[in-house]
Amino acid sequence: MGGKFESSEDVLRALAGVRYLCDKRVAGAVYLADCLERPVLVEGPAGTGKTQLAKSVAEICGARLIRLQCYEGLDEGKALYEWNYRKQLLRIQAEREERAWGDISEDIFSEEFLLTRPLLEAIRAEDPVVLLLDEVDRIEVETEALLLEVLSEYQVSIPELGTMRAVQIPRVFLTSNSTRELSEALKRRCLYLYIDYPEVGREREILLAKVPGISDDLAGEVARIVRSVRRLDLRKPPSVSESLDWARTLVMLGAEQVDPEVFDETATSLLKYRSDTERAQRELAGLGAR
Amino acid sequence: MESVGACEERNPLLEMLDGFAKALRRAGLPVSLTERIDALEAIRRTDISDREALKNALGATLVKTQAHWPTFEVLFDVFFSIREGPCEGIDDTWLDELAVADSVIARDGRPPAQSEAELAEMLMAALAAGDLGMLAALARGAVGRYAGMQPGRPVGGTYYLYRTMRNLRLEEMIDELMAGSEAQTPLEIRLEREEFEDRAEMLRREIEAVIRRRLVADRGHEALARTLSKPLPEDVEFIHASRDELEQIRRAVVPLTRKLAARLSRRRRQRDRGHLDYRRTFRDSLGFGGVPVEPKFRRPRPSKPEIVIIADISGSVAAFARFTLHFMYAINSNFSKVRSFVFIDGVDEVTHLFENSDDMETSIMRINTEADVVWVDGHSDYGHALGAFRDRYGKAVGTRTSVLILGDGRNNYHASGAEALEKLHRRSRRLFWLNPEPRSYWNSGDSIMAEYRPHCDGVFEVRTLRQLERFVEQTF
Repeated sequence: MGGKFESSEDVLRALAGVRYLCDKRVAGAVYLADCLERPVLVEGPAGTGKTQLAKSVAEICGARLIRLQCYEGLDEGKALYEWNYRKQLLRIQAEREERAWGDISEDIFSEEFLLTRPLLEAIRAEDPVVLLLDEVDRIEVETEALLLEVLSEYQVSIPELGTMRAVQIPRVFLTSNSTRELSEALKRRCLYLYIDYPEVGREREILLAKVPGISDDLAGEVARIVRSVRRLDLRKPPSVSESLDWARTLVMLGAEQVDPEVFDETATSLLKYRSDTERAQRELAGLGAR
Repeated sequence: MESVGACEERNPLLEMLDGFAKALRRAGLPVSLTERIDALEAIRRTDISDREALKNALGATLVKTQAHWPTFEVLFDVFFSIREGPCEGIDDTWLDELAVADSVIARDGRPPAQSEAELAEMLMAALAAGDLGMLAALARGAVGRYAGMQPGRPVGGTYYLYRTMRNLRLEEMIDELMAGSEAQTPLEIRLEREEFEDRAEMLRREIEAVIRRRLVADRGHEALARTLSKPLPEDVEFIHASRDELEQIRRAVVPLTRKLAARLSRRRRQRDRGHLDYRRTFRDSLGFGGVPVEPKFRRPRPSKPEIVIIADISGSVAAFARFTLHFMYAINSNFSKVRSFVFIDGVDEVTHLFENSDDMETSIMRINTEADVVWVDGHSDYGHALGAFRDRYGKAVGTRTSVLILGDGRNNYHASGAEALEKLHRRSRRLFWLNPEPRSYWNSGDSIMAEYRPHCDGVFEVRTLRQLERFVEQTF
């Protein structure tokens, strides 16, 4: 890989080219990860484009995206590799009479019986890949250890086969909604990036870029209302994807500006709890006054 | 790994980075050697004349939790501000004028009156237009004029910040701007006001940064870094916290509990993964010629503890009780039942205040007004309170109940009532005492922890949120 990006401005421009509008902190982290060959750990509130960042980077590098959705109970067999034991059993039974055990055991632990899972697949890929470990905070602390070898050495050790080294260093992104602290060991190996809600100006740009047919004024108003709503003490503040949904709804309804009726009609695409909606209507006086 | 860091010839930036990493560590950020090497490598790839890029590069390599970012920002300002070009992105003419203004102040000691009005006017214009470059320049002017900074004076930046802000009267300025605004509907007014408040906040932060920069120039970054480092919210002691700090703790409670709750429930599910299910394992093995390829387990049946909290809410430990109650109710999905009682010298049940209530703040405020906890004089009397609890609410404690007693064990020289505690202990599954005082203060003066201790399954020092979190995690 060896630095495919020239500078962080380069990253910023390229990402903007695929309509991922981010700030310098994001672009800087992607650029550094590229130079230092380190994974990036991305944290932040839900719906601020953490996963999208990995997808967009894959897009601008023309790389294949390999995604591992993490969940509680994820294990080696689902993350790294697994032996296809059914096939192994069949082979043993088929050849029980004819061959010595030594031959068979050598035989059944060959690549033919190996099921590659996302991490190993990323390591063995010959074409450029972006590896996305989504929501790492969902796996248990003990399982994190599985990732360490891949993240720091870009290799996977399989006792029966030996160590598999990366053909080319994949770009790695880990996302976390910080429902728990990740271990020090994991953090130490990664660059850290926190993606917060965008500021008003950037949110407006995002709306303009992603919502077809939205007017300048409406985008500005949506961005400002969303900022205002995020400041309320809500159970689930609206994310960027929700503000995009809301803007799309508004455009579809042909609304030129947001007034109480329009807000009442469309609030469900912005806020996901009844109590939140009521609160927003009450607080942003003039919205839902009727 | 390249070990360039160690053998590089000394250069000022490297030494700066070294001092910076040490300061971060002193402030409580875990900065490892690997991370320092990463930081160095990152700096080499970064245009260090671009201050924001430098900050981002250091941030990405040294700070691995967003909660640490504010601390990092302050220290970054302290360490790397002098390297900043004096005027980046600011219109030069403004600077010249301000420099003149500054020198005027320097000469006769007090600012000329008309320039004060001028400053206010420029500020209004900048706030109205949202001209960030000018706001930054004006921040410098404002600090020069109002902060009254004196070299060598060992006061912190907050004092200067307060003086500057008081003189600027930003609130009034915003009101004035709003008065002249064309916004009509309440929504428009609100949105516009928020816009101005945002800009004012930006100005405030800039002023803070200017003050910090000047303090650095005056006292040197090492000294300043030491005075500036504040404890993280989870390390602030409950009983000594200032109002600001209490507010910070309050804001830290919810995210902390959310993580803890997730962790506890996850652990409960994993801890008992159930016994081996022989029947299913055997049945499954038939598919593989009798080889039990995959053992099957029974589904676990999680058991959740029942909690009774008995909290002293007299003045000295009220904040501790409040946060602990808040904390326990925030994770109550992990318990089958939570009942809470508060006392000073009398005792009362407050469970109903928390039930069916989303709004923890209000519930806690209602404790103060609605709970009937004063028996004689409103000074803590553990002896009487424990006795009264045993008589009136003793039935609340059963063999499945974990009892938490919150208090400093300072009994104002009343009878201890240890026998009532002993009874409670015997009826309960477990009984813990959480004390917000440092362990070394226990049993001094009127603290009688030693008398209660034999009747507890554990006594814990819980001075900070961090200790509270640790206690809950270890216990449940």
